[in-house]
Amino acid sequence: MELPVISNNAPAAEGGGCSSSGCGTAPDALSHLPDHIRAKVQDHPCYSEEAHHYFARMHVAVAPACNIQCNYCNRKYDCSNESRPGVVSELLTPDQAIKKVLAVAAEIPQMTVLGIAGPGDPLANPGRTFETFEQLSARAPDIKLCVSTNGLSLPQYVDEIAKHNIDHVTITINCVDPEVGAKIYPWIYWDNKRIFGIEGAKILIEQQQKGLQMLTERGILVKVNSVLIPGVNDEHLKEVSKIVKAKGAFLHNVMPLIAEPEHGTYYGIMEQPEPTPEMLQDLQDACAGDMAMMRHCRQCRADAVGLLGEDRGDEFTLDKIDVMDVDYEAAMVRRKVVHDEILEKLDAKRGIVKPKAEGIPEGSRPVLMAVAGKNGVVAEHFGHAKEFLIYEASPDGVRFISHRKTELYCGGMDSCGDGDVVDEGATESLLDRNIRVLEGCEVVLCSKIGYEPWGKLEAAGIAPNGEHAMEPIEDAVMAVYKEIAATGKLLPAAESLKVA
Amino acid sequence: MALQITQSCVNCWACVDVCPNDAIFEDKPHFLIDDGKCTECLGDHSVPQCAAICPIEMAIVNELGEFLNPPGSLTGIPIEKLKEFGLWREAA
Repeated sequence: MELPVISNNAPAAEGGGCSSSGCGTAPDALSHLPDHIRAKVQDHPCYSEEAHHYFARMHVAVAPACNIQCNYCNRKYDCSNESRPGVVSELLTPDQAIKKVLAVAAEIPQMTVLGIAGPGDPLANPGRTFETFEQLSARAPDIKLCVSTNGLSLPQYVDEIAKHNIDHVTITINCVDPEVGAKIYPWIYWDNKRIFGIEGAKILIEQQQKGLQMLTERGILVKVNSVLIPGVNDEHLKEVSKIVKAKGAFLHNVMPLIAEPEHGTYYGIMEQPEPTPEMLQDLQDACAGDMAMMRHCRQCRADAVGLLGEDRGDEFTLDKIDVMDVDYEAAMVRRKVVHDEILEKLDAKRGIVKPKAEGIPEGSRPVLMAVAGKNGVVAEHFGHAKEFLIYEASPDGVRFISHRKTELYCGGMDSCGDGDVVDEGATESLLDRNIRVLEGCEVVLCSKIGYEPWGKLEAAGIAPNGEHAMEPIEDAVMAVYKEIAATGKLLPAAESLKVA
Repeated sequence: MALQITQSCVNCWACVDVCPNDAIFEDKPHFLIDDGKCTECLGDHSVPQCAAICPIEMAIVNELGEFLNPPGSLTGIPIEKLKEFGLWREAA
């Protein structure tokens, strides 16, 4: 079904841990879902754009083993400076994981979702994964359970998943064609053998599709993750999106490939290009006609804790949780109060209508703007922003496009271990990098900005704007769009300024 | 006859779960194979299971010190690239 691009009743800007406000696509992106499914996802930060401002998630790293190799993954790395999926600092036993979950849930009542996502494949670690789920569903019934998988062992464990009351599963599906698959997956472990190339990819794809169907038949919600790999599966993902939607997936999350040589992955070492933000946006837009697309994913680690975009894992290391004394019965009462308050607030916000674009001449071209925001307002100093929120203003209104991280995923081999990411001489390149991150944007909105970045941004054709500090993001973006419109630069006559 | 785990091991547990003889145990700095229990999967499987699932090249060797998964065999990264990135080793 066609989904509206602009949401007219996204929540107003306020509160939450995410730095964005309405995030544009919410909550209408899920409007095609039946009520009982919407009710299931309304407090799930990874599924509901709206919920991720208020509810937190955590992953427990109990699943180290994997049964396939992906060309974007390297099992060797365990570096605290890295935030890639598949990387963790501390592996947990199921008992340790339970202790950690209860400690976090008591401390952060907004934490509603516990996921097992690795660092390997959870279903390649059935003993550790299901023991964790079993204990948790007994001891913390107010926590939603979910699991991520590459899908290879999924058909085998669908009944077990249903038994543990796991009502959300994420399958990573990068292709539906074995020839494409052979370029992404060098091998799988199947039927007690390592199977390489097209033959392996074919089995993986069959299992993924079978598992997807089996889950949806049982009423278990399935989100599909895909990694966008330019030149490998970029065009192909449009077909993937159609097929997974037809089989009942309710959300498709296309994520950009992360491939740096220092990560030691095949793609990193072979210099496979990462997609540009424009490529990602174009593909998400192309797939959006087919199903709900997710744009607020932060590609978090397999041991992330907290609201999306933050990681409070350091507060809950094994030595720290060891000395915490958790009374979970009491915590559950407190949690219920917090959850009800948040849901009430979300309900109230559903009726609020966003300001529409008025006074913009018909035919004006859209403009991308980057915002250094926090809690829904233009709040961050340019140099302090860890991520920029990219918004598109057009005659139709303002819509959220994506987050773009400014921090390096990894400072490289030299910086591993001591937490010292930026070395001498790298400071300047970080600014250059931030400017490159903003490619395609014509304006950057922030609360303040230094003299040096101001000049560099202007030289790069990006207008810095510090005049809307503390204003709600969408209002500020629209105000700036109107200012540009008033100069006549948005009409076709100003073709030379067209955004890519 | 028994296989051995080398320093390349990343402790991912994959082999532990698939060993038909329960021969693999956790140790520091990495997992080890009990050579009294390891049969190299003879009689159980057509190939040694630890080597069939291990994601790390050079992590499992036979009694002659030969890699069951030599450099480049699992990732497809060409030898010259492995050398360039310091990821290549002669037999153990």
